[in-house]
Amino acid sequence: MDIKDIIKPENLVYQKTPLMTDKPLSYCPGCGHGTAHRILMEVIEEMGIQSETIGVAPVGCSVLAYDFMNVDMVGASHGRAPAVATGIKRCWPEKFVYTYQGDGDLAAIGTAETIHACNRGENITIIFINNGIYGMTGGQMAPTTLKGMKTSTSPYGRDIETMGNPLKMTELVAQLPGTCYVTRQSVHSPRNVRRAKKAIRTAFESQKGKKGTSLVEIVSNCNSGWKLEPVAANDWMVENMFPFFPLGDIKVDGKLVNNQ
Amino acid sequence: MKELKLMKGNEAAAEGAIRAGADGYFGYPITPQSEVMEYLMAEQPEKRTGMVVLQAESELAAINMVYGAASTGKKAMTSSSSPGISLMQEGISYLAGAELPCLILNVVRGGPGLGTIQPSQADYFQSTKGGGHGDYRLIVLAPSSVQEMFDFAFLGFDLAFKYRNPVLMLSDGLIGQMMEKVELREQLPRTTYFDRSWTLTGKPDGQERNIVTSLDLDASRQEVHNQHLQEKYRKCQANEVRYELLNTEDAEYLFVAYGSSARICQKAIQLGREEGIKIGLLRPITLWPYPAKPLAELAPGMKGILSVEQSAGQMVEDVRLSVGCGVHIEHFGRMGGMIPTPEEVLENLKKLLITK
Amino acid sequence: MTEEIIIAGFGGQGVLSMGKILAYSAIMQNQEVSWFPSYGPEMRGGTANVTVILSDERISSPILHFYDTAILLNQQSLDKFENSVKQGGVLLFDSNGLTRHPERKDIRIYRVDAADASAKMESAKVGNMIVLGGFLKIKPIVKLENVYKGLEKSIPKRYGHLLELNKKAIAVGQEIVEKVRG
Repeated sequence: MDIKDIIKPENLVYQKTPLMTDKPLSYCPGCGHGTAHRILMEVIEEMGIQSETIGVAPVGCSVLAYDFMNVDMVGASHGRAPAVATGIKRCWPEKFVYTYQGDGDLAAIGTAETIHACNRGENITIIFINNGIYGMTGGQMAPTTLKGMKTSTSPYGRDIETMGNPLKMTELVAQLPGTCYVTRQSVHSPRNVRRAKKAIRTAFESQKGKKGTSLVEIVSNCNSGWKLEPVAANDWMVENMFPFFPLGDIKVDGKLVNNQ
Repeated sequence: MKELKLMKGNEAAAEGAIRAGADGYFGYPITPQSEVMEYLMAEQPEKRTGMVVLQAESELAAINMVYGAASTGKKAMTSSSSPGISLMQEGISYLAGAELPCLILNVVRGGPGLGTIQPSQADYFQSTKGGGHGDYRLIVLAPSSVQEMFDFAFLGFDLAFKYRNPVLMLSDGLIGQMMEKVELREQLPRTTYFDRSWTLTGKPDGQERNIVTSLDLDASRQEVHNQHLQEKYRKCQANEVRYELLNTEDAEYLFVAYGSSARICQKAIQLGREEGIKIGLLRPITLWPYPAKPLAELAPGMKGILSVEQSAGQMVEDVRLSVGCGVHIEHFGRMGGMIPTPEEVLENLKKLLITK
Repeated sequence: MTEEIIIAGFGGQGVLSMGKILAYSAIMQNQEVSWFPSYGPEMRGGTANVTVILSDERISSPILHFYDTAILLNQQSLDKFENSVKQGGVLLFDSNGLTRHPERKDIRIYRVDAADASAKMESAKVGNMIVLGGFLKIKPIVKLENVYKGLEKSIPKRYGHLLELNKKAIAVGQEIVEKVRG
């Protein structure tokens, strides 16, 4: 059998979405960013809205997200992505606008922009990657760093007395009347990837329905920053991150899910 | 028939923005410029032209909303006063780096710090020599009447889009708060064509996506980008210098002053000429690019030049750079929100240039 | 013709709006105007002042040291601006609450007791229009018909019924203004 007999459209079982560029990802091996990028782009492809979508890249590891995402994109200054997205969406209410931000960007320097965009109910989608650390700058403490967790600026572990508590931004914005859909997901297993993708789809569908702000947090790993091998990093995430940042929907259709 | 209206400078800038076809205004309240957003909110331009107006949570958010809107080719504007403009500097640097057009109005008040709410011109350095980080320039327009607050909204957006660069309107509390007669222009239509060579409107099928950013981690490419910016600024210097001359034909002494100080100097010229002192005025309208050449040409015929500013002497550095040696140049100014009277200005011309 | 005026008094006495109506009236007769207020916390009940310039020519400085006319409606304003009236210029004051009356001999001094008169009219809000009426009696620099047009422009439509009251107040001011000296 010749190879050309095999490479036929009818034999195709999987292919990379054309909404991801061919540029090799700059992320560390084992990092969750690549998967998160892919499922986000797959949702945009499946909804057929590539030509109607404008993305906002943050400052952080995903500062170059526009190199990999094949949609019109703008790079924001650190923490201001929700303000940039607001400016775009207010002028182009018919476009799909999303931000893609890490924990330092969204929950530290950009806290005000995040809360106020959510409180105004800006009709945008926020994708929030939470790995509890500043990856790009070399593993410093983040607003979501867990109690006792070691980072380069909390080398003896995060001391709550002096360094404050880890911040649950997602639960916080879920309390705001402007948010419509708020959820926490992960991409460390095929099942979770499927769930996360479904959540992103729901977020974009609520944007389509002009329902208010949708926020999808993806709890992710940082094997470089955590100084763990990829598999061990995922195990550590399951054991330590998930108990404090439990997965699941927090607010659906503008209503808080039970126990929130 | 002419459409005349008595307006505050701040209101005129807001009405100018609407009529110039602005798509969005994003701002945060601060004295003495709050009338800009108050006027816009009361006018409801969304009903008049479709222009959106949003009160942001901070100046940081406001300038970044402008950045977002501008990245899509829309005509976006913000306004603030000195402390708020300081807060916006990071965003302004990003706008310049990403080559995005927008209009920023600074109704200057006395500083440093929280300072006062009274008029000042002490933000000249910040406006013309950088302000934020990196090698960039803003096109800086200095209105000296309420009419110019209105007109420069049109000129500002024109220049911003011509050069794909932020334009700063450097006003002050006096021009912003005073009322004068304004002749209104007709409403311009809002833009419906967006240049796909750089704007973000959603990637069309079969075309490349657009990326708006000021980041390039490759230093050699970043240098090329910087060279391109400098080339653009040189074009701007060659083509966009604007100034006004008053009573210079027979003048022996020259005031150089912009904005509200230029108005005060006009009265001082009148008072001086009543006493037989022949004074003229060069009023820079663009503070960047600075009218260095016309000033250099005018200077040799003068017995002395007085730079009059409501600052400790900022623009006087550009006067000296333009003129060079050989002409007696002095600075006179009040600071911290104090406005000199015409009598005071004339007094100081005599003291610094004539009797000395 | 150029007329350089300072109007000063307590915040709430209608100092700024009186200047605005004067400016509007001048526009109605095709003149150039500038109106520059003190602003900020001063507006909240402290003293307020506004410089109004009317002219047939382009106006230079919107702020001045000496004035053709000073309209001074409280003691602080009188103390601050009495010496800023040009020689031969006009000082118009309301004696209500004054502990010291103007003293200069080289200017023309007029008095309009607008606070008392407006109390009699049972509308404290028209005090400023009584003062304006008094001023225009001394210096008829804008025509009354243009003042009425200016009033129409500055009074919000929902207060349209106040137009007649304001016109009446102007007439009262013209009647009660009296020369003190000069």
